[in-house]
Amino acid sequence: MSHSLLLIAALGLPFVGAVVAGMLPIHARNVAAWLGGGIAVVGVILAILALPIISSGEVARHEISWMPTLGLNLVLRLDGFAWLFLALIYAIGALVMLYARYYMSPEDPVPRFFSFLLAFMGSMVGVVLSGNLLQLVFFWELTSLLSFLLIGYWHHTAAARDGARIALTVTATGGLLLFAGVLLLGRIVGSYDLDVVLASGDLIRDHALYLPALILILLGTLTKSAQFPFHFWLPHAMAAPTPVSAYLHSATLVKAGVFLMARLWPVLAGTDAWFLIVGSAGMITLLLGAYVAIFQDDLKGLLAYSTISHLGLITLLLGMNSEVAMVAAIFHIMNHATFKASLFMAAGIIDHETGTRDIRRLSGLHRSMPFTTRLAMVAAAAMAGVPLLNGFLSKEMFFAEALAVQTASPLLLEMLPIAAMLGSAFGVTYSLRFIHGAFFGPEAKDLPRTPKEPPSWMRFPVEVLVLACIVVGVLPAATVGPFLRHAVDSILGSNAPEYSLALWHGFTTPLLMSIIAFLAGVVLYLLLQNRLRTGIEFPPLIPRLDGRRLFEVSMVFVSWRLARFLENVFGTRRLQPQLRLIICAAVAAGALTVYLREVGPGNLTPAAVDPALALMWGVGGACALGAAWQAKYHRLAALMLMGVTGLVVCVTFVWFSAPDLALTQLLVEIVTTVLLLLGLRWLPKRFETAETRQQDVITVGRRTVDLTIAVAAGAGMAGLAFAVMTRMPPDLLAQHFLARAYTEGGGTNVVNVILVDFRGFDTLGEITVLAAVALTAFALLRRFRPALDSIEVPEQQLDQRATEIAHPNRDVGDIVSDWLMLPWLVSRLLFPVIAIVALFLLFRGHDLPGGGFAAGLTASIAIIVQYMMGGTSWIEARLRVLPLRWMGAGLLFAAGTGLGAWFFGYPFLTSYFSYLYVPVIGQVPAASALLFDIGVFLLVVGAVVLILIALAHQSVRGHRAVPRAVPTREKVATPEPAKGEA
Amino acid sequence: MEAIVSLAIGVLTGAGVWLLLRPRTFQVIIGLSLLSYAVNLFIFSTGGLRTGAAPVLLSGRFGDLAQHSDPLPQALVLTAIVIGFATTALFLVVLLAARGFSGSDHVNGREPKR
Repeated sequence: MSHSLLLIAALGLPFVGAVVAGMLPIHARNVAAWLGGGIAVVGVILAILALPIISSGEVARHEISWMPTLGLNLVLRLDGFAWLFLALIYAIGALVMLYARYYMSPEDPVPRFFSFLLAFMGSMVGVVLSGNLLQLVFFWELTSLLSFLLIGYWHHTAAARDGARIALTVTATGGLLLFAGVLLLGRIVGSYDLDVVLASGDLIRDHALYLPALILILLGTLTKSAQFPFHFWLPHAMAAPTPVSAYLHSATLVKAGVFLMARLWPVLAGTDAWFLIVGSAGMITLLLGAYVAIFQDDLKGLLAYSTISHLGLITLLLGMNSEVAMVAAIFHIMNHATFKASLFMAAGIIDHETGTRDIRRLSGLHRSMPFTTRLAMVAAAAMAGVPLLNGFLSKEMFFAEALAVQTASPLLLEMLPIAAMLGSAFGVTYSLRFIHGAFFGPEAKDLPRTPKEPPSWMRFPVEVLVLACIVVGVLPAATVGPFLRHAVDSILGSNAPEYSLALWHGFTTPLLMSIIAFLAGVVLYLLLQNRLRTGIEFPPLIPRLDGRRLFEVSMVFVSWRLARFLENVFGTRRLQPQLRLIICAAVAAGALTVYLREVGPGNLTPAAVDPALALMWGVGGACALGAAWQAKYHRLAALMLMGVTGLVVCVTFVWFSAPDLALTQLLVEIVTTVLLLLGLRWLPKRFETAETRQQDVITVGRRTVDLTIAVAAGAGMAGLAFAVMTRMPPDLLAQHFLARAYTEGGGTNVVNVILVDFRGFDTLGEITVLAAVALTAFALLRRFRPALDSIEVPEQQLDQRATEIAHPNRDVGDIVSDWLMLPWLVSRLLFPVIAIVALFLLFRGHDLPGGGFAAGLTASIAIIVQYMMGGTSWIEARLRVLPLRWMGAGLLFAAGTGLGAWFFGYPFLTSYFSYLYVPVIGQVPAASALLFDIGVFLLVVGAVVLILIALAHQSVRGHRAVPRAVPTREKVATPEPAKGEA
Repeated sequence: MEAIVSLAIGVLTGAGVWLLLRPRTFQVIIGLSLLSYAVNLFIFSTGGLRTGAAPVLLSGRFGDLAQHSDPLPQALVLTAIVIGFATTALFLVVLLAARGFSGSDHVNGREPKR
């Protein structure tokens, strides 16, 4: 297997699995678990296959070009250190998948869980395999996002939601800071490629931007690894399902922070700033986490703080600026992953089998769960650092380093060994509490469930991990020695120190320190017995450092108070000021440009004024002004005036050589008028009398301002238009289109050829927009509730009814029974004629004015006219238009024509044309663009008809069960009594 | 001729902007329609105003700017007209729905305090 394939498979498989798992049915628990576990096992196999590469000291690299000019490539890079993480992620991942299969309840949507978990696994692999820092940041943020989904998996509980939100806010904010830091780093080095960055350590450390870059990067890593003062998100993340905690807090999420610190250690470490920030954060976290852990009553809470403490230990080791400490850090990363994962799983087993995780309620479980007890005891002993287990070895190395480290500050030098012993003693205490509290003592009585051993496959992952703790603890050099060596070598290169990985180093000071810490821990546990039994939730002696409270307060400030304040200062809920601002800004921007560029009228001589067109525009302009004047009180009049203006625009198009535009404008004018007429019915009555008299100063002032703006905008546009029209740009795109329309597009109507061929992709986008708008209008109308005063039957219809009732010789509905009888008849006869015209326009569109848009509008007018004249009920009894299908077919046609080009090896939407000879008719143009135009046609028909019919239906529909007795034409056709429609 | 069309564009823009700033939704919808006339005319006019030069070629010939007007602004405006109809329809539906929900046809969704 080649390196490239291996790397791509290692990164890609989990994401593929996530997509597949996400599509499984909701109860496919076993399939999802097999899928997840299978992919994790394949990952382990891939890691084993990659081992020869790593053993030879090589770096496997695969690069996929993306934007080479910007230095942005997808770079996959596997060295010894990355391999170690890759193996941990996949191996522990496989165990967690197995465990989760038994832990998750069948009622939960389990495939979704596995989907998230797989995607998370993939993004973790992405972090460790990234050979480009920007890419690393991307996967880093992906882990934050997916951990949010995983922690919030049981989103019906408030704790899960809050925990997920806090974790996301803290780690994603850290990720953004990291991004900024990486950008600085890239600026210093001149490249984001990891190999280049790692080779320029001196350049980075001596650069003026070193400190800002360091601080930003460390903010990212310290938040991710839950270091003080950002540690508070981790305990809240315990609301996640236990498999998630076991995975995120042992081998993956929180280890991403220490991973990156170790990764960049060769170039960032070695300075006092590094020692101060990383070392002190690590030391405080180590002590604080261990101390608080003692007083946790929740098993998972105890483990959470213990995790914080151990991460502090790793961070402290990284901060010591010593190569041997670096080795200890990597070793402890591995050890912590094994024993912490197994302990989380054990806590999950207890929770699963007893129904509680409260240490005060649990007791004496060793009788009912003897085997689990032994496993947990070994794992907890490893956590406490008992000899013969792996935790002991890395702790010894830590003690040795704490004694040997050289720093600038003598105070820290003396504190370090004491802090190390203290942290270790606390570790012993809380490990004792975990074991003694849960498994020993008298048998617990009132547990929610009767405890029993879990299914053996659920215990299997714990067994494997505990076995690893023991084997590594007894035979470190023979088991993990080589892997550790590769990892250390790949980070430190030629600087890799000599170290000895052995259980027994003789009677040394670190061993003495271990013994003292161990005894101190036991004594402390015995002393604290009474205190712990009373169940105080909070540790004594330290001030209430409630990170969560601070977090909430700051969140409330930022997202509520500050937001509100800014909204009050800068925002308004009123539309008019906003529009005023926008228009003023546009006018000002236009005026400024003209002023700065000194644009005047161009040098083309204007054509002679034609009095006919001038007269027409006199009418058109007057109508536009009239519409503006009348739109408030006389809507129908305004609509008619607007229509006249539209017709003048249409004539202008014809006049100036744009037959296609004129045609489209005319047709759109018709449908727009019908549309607005349909809307008029639902608008409120408004009478002119009351308001005009009492025009106060404010109103007059406001109108004056608006009038000024309108005049300014109008004058500006007129000037701009004149300036543009009297210029001829030297090189027009038009030349290109005109020259090629026939030879390459096969049509003589250049506008149409542009639409369906040269710029076909734009048109495809536009008809998609049209479809989306029509669907939105349709969806809004389905939920339409008219205002109360518009529900009732209009006055005119009530008058008719009154007249009919008053005259005994008339039936209800008589007046309108032969309403517009002649136009109705004519329109029925016209229907096929208009339809033929539409087809005519469609087919000749490529060569002569017409085309899909015009044809579609014409066809929809044919249908609308039937509706208007025949009435909704009458027409729908005879002709059922299914606009949604028309739209769907149209989109399929248009997109399918585009895709068709692929089959012939051409780019999307390449068109083909030739002229076919058809008997009787003669030469017929046959371009694939015609198929595209048919798609446009179908879609336009569907969209226009969908909107108009949906609007028309509102008048027929019963709203809130208001009794309706509107006479309809249906009465004429069928002699049944009219029924109110539900 | 150019002056006439420029003036027309100016008048349509002025009327449209005035209506855009009015308080009632129907005024705004008419205003938007007038404004879209103005904008369409403006875009169209950037290709120059020429009579008797429709961009329809004689069969089998190369086109030339000497005989034909600029087809590109026309193609742009053609789709703009259709999209303009769609947005007018959407706006109409939204304004009707807003009036249904709020009981007011004021653009702010509530009647101003008097």
